[in-house]
Amino acid sequence: MSSTRPRLATAWLGGCSGCHMSFLDLDERLFDLAAAADVLFSPVVDAKTIPPEIDITLIEGAVANEDNLELLKHLRERSRFLIAFGDCAVTGNVTALRNLAGGPMLVLARSYRDESNLQPQIPTELPVIPPLVDRVVPIHQVVQVDFHMPGCPPHPDLIWYCVTELLAGRVPNLTGKWKFG
Amino acid sequence: MSVRTFTLNDQLITAAAGQSILAAAREHGIAIPTLCELEGLSTVGACRLCLVEVAGSQRLLPACTTEVQEGMTVVSESPRLKHYRQTILELFLAERNHVCAVCVSNNHCELQNRAVEQGVTHVRFDYLMPTLPVDMSHDRFGVDHNRCILCTRCVRVCDEVEGAHTWDIMGRGFQARVITDMAEPWGDSTSCTSCGKCVQVCPTGALFDKRATAGGMVKQPSFVKVLQHARARKESQ
Repeated sequence: MSSTRPRLATAWLGGCSGCHMSFLDLDERLFDLAAAADVLFSPVVDAKTIPPEIDITLIEGAVANEDNLELLKHLRERSRFLIAFGDCAVTGNVTALRNLAGGPMLVLARSYRDESNLQPQIPTELPVIPPLVDRVVPIHQVVQVDFHMPGCPPHPDLIWYCVTELLAGRVPNLTGKWKFG
Repeated sequence: MSVRTFTLNDQLITAAAGQSILAAAREHGIAIPTLCELEGLSTVGACRLCLVEVAGSQRLLPACTTEVQEGMTVVSESPRLKHYRQTILELFLAERNHVCAVCVSNNHCELQNRAVEQGVTHVRFDYLMPTLPVDMSHDRFGVDHNRCILCTRCVRVCDEVEGAHTWDIMGRGFQARVITDMAEPWGDSTSCTSCGKCVQVCPTGALFDKRATAGGMVKQPSFVKVLQHARARKESQ
């Protein structure tokens, strides 16, 4: 592995993984990506630790729990260029609809107690479950975001355009290429 | 017919007396972004997207409600206007719950389209995320206040074209809501004729056909222009 190759990372916060599915829908272009860059950290890469230096990071999902918050902050510190990848990261989207039900305890009660008819209980005592943040927010409300790529999910062609432009050292021009939803 | 000549973006344009800057611009193929305006309805200048710079005026003026004056100089595209238009759209998106992915009007929404056209790829303001009702009491139509931008097209088409005036606005500022009759459930309205004009002119997914699922609501607001034209012809005969 050459140290001069661009280093990529992707992360999955509070989202449905649909943006990563769209990323995988790059299909054979994934070979071109693997030839042009190293994908060091991602839900589709078996890496347990965050690499110290990343050139481009794609963040899917909104900030919904403490785990999301910590991962986002770590990745921001280590990334040269950080992209809000898809509507949940950009706007909060469906993930943020939770806010309409109220704070974390109200959300958990609604999901695990009120709507349950088999052993209703709120799963807050297990230490492996990260606590929910008070309010789901898009990632640019927590860290500096260098580029927004909306879409639910962003089309693979849009992902490919943005990634290849960034690898070529250019900021993508989204005019006429994007939409919300 | 008396004419007025004015300058729009360095181009000399002739308009009819009483014509709005917006109408004159359109006739000459110059697009000015709009949301609340709809050809065939009265103009109210509610959304502020069509704001233009008029020489001699400190304030920006809405192109839809400002009449062309002889010799006036108007600019409809500038960095300042772009900034205001983007900010207005961001405020619309932050004020209520516009979740395109799960909206009946996804891919057919004027707010969504304006955001794309004006390059609003994200919203810099905190989302208010108010808890707003969805009224499904009408047999055929629903109203989702989460998607309403208070453009008042429904109010105007119901009053000016259908003649029922079922719709109106209650409250002020960001607490304003569209209401049917005296803020009663739509299904209980005695004035509503169930004609569906309000649904067709609504620019977002606020008013919809109950059979529509996400992305399924395609509207045809152009009937208003046709209907008004036909009526005007009949009256002039």
